Amino acid sequence: MKLRRSMLFLPGSNAAMLSTAFVFRPDSIMFDLEDAVSLREKDAARILVFHALQMPVYRDIETVVRINPLSSPFGLTDLEAVVRAGVDVVRLPKTDSADDVRALEREVERIERDCGRAVGSTRLMAAIESASGVVNAVAIATASPRLIGIALAGFDYVMDMQTERGDGTELFYARCAVLHAARYARIDAFDVVYADVNNDAGFLQEVELIKRLGFNGKSLINPRQIDLLHNAFAPSQEEVDYSHRVVAAAEQGERQGLGVVSLSGKMIDAPVIEHARVVLRRAEASGVRK
Amino acid sequence: MRIMREALAGTLESSDLMVRIAPRAEGLEIVLQSEVIHQFGIQIEKVVRETLARLDVVDALVVIEDKGALDCVIKARVQTAVLRATVAPGDALSPRRIADAPVDWSALS
Repeated sequence: MKLRRSMLFLPGSNAAMLSTAFVFRPDSIMFDLEDAVSLREKDAARILVFHALQMPVYRDIETVVRINPLSSPFGLTDLEAVVRAGVDVVRLPKTDSADDVRALEREVERIERDCGRAVGSTRLMAAIESASGVVNAVAIATASPRLIGIALAGFDYVMDMQTERGDGTELFYARCAVLHAARYARIDAFDVVYADVNNDAGFLQEVELIKRLGFNGKSLINPRQIDLLHNAFAPSQEEVDYSHRVVAAAEQGERQGLGVVSLSGKMIDAPVIEHARVVLRRAEASGVRK
Repeated sequence: MRIMREALAGTLESSDLMVRIAPRAEGLEIVLQSEVIHQFGIQIEKVVRETLARLDVVDALVVIEDKGALDCVIKARVQTAVLRATVAPGDALSPRRIADAPVDWSALS
């Protein structure tokens, strides 16, 4: 089970962070070539990330690179560098329509053929950062079989909506729209970053909300948030114990040829059994909540 | 590649290095300063020379101020400095000018 709870942003121009970030063990590391890099350092960051992607220490962590938009002077050269360097996933910023994803896919395929990389091996994700992107979320999420997920990016989105970040009310529709599009397309959904890095209580409140909504995980800007997030996403011991009992009861019912079984007086049907199996797979992959 | 102008790349932050490259009439001159020169000086110079050779840079003055960078960071910073230094002196060294410069990624591997 591939977990994508935490996607840690790293500025692509920061040599120290690129050299050491693997020790924090996020589920995915995202090297940023876009907003975190000044115009004068775009070339330097691109070359640094090109080499960082080939470091053996990143072999067992999913690598993602946020490139500059293809409409900018930097996007296509970013793409040339990272596809050739073997990036796992290219994150496209400011995705407003399915055409944006298809244009990216065409360029990725061309580069894969040019450099001898297996066609289709570069996966994609799309960041939705505008009202247009939210309205087109289903078309975006289904635009390419290479997509592993879509992400909501909060700051640009709230600006486009002529509002500002608050208690989450301002993101409610966008979160639900992005999440439904991802589930419809059977890909992952990622929530916005939480910028107040010293406010653990606020961060955990937001994590609890997005977990209950059904997001797979969240983009992070500080390594301190990784353990908090992973722990909040891990199932509790009670959930694991109950899931074991559900699966055992279901297996016993199957051996006895029963269509529906009950546990402690409650009916257990297929969705309950499937949920229990998901909980157990998650516990195996992430451990139990502390 | 011919070094046409002086160029800088990198920072003086920990785990990074600053590379200054400038035209030189004949041959390579590498000046290396590092906090770990006694342990890694030979290795750092080897990485710098190999990187320059891959880019076919034969005449240049290269001044390195290392702050404990990994080999891949050294390589990246030297390559960036070289690419910046190959922009003709009359051209502004703007982000757009650098963005438009073709890059041979196989030579940077």
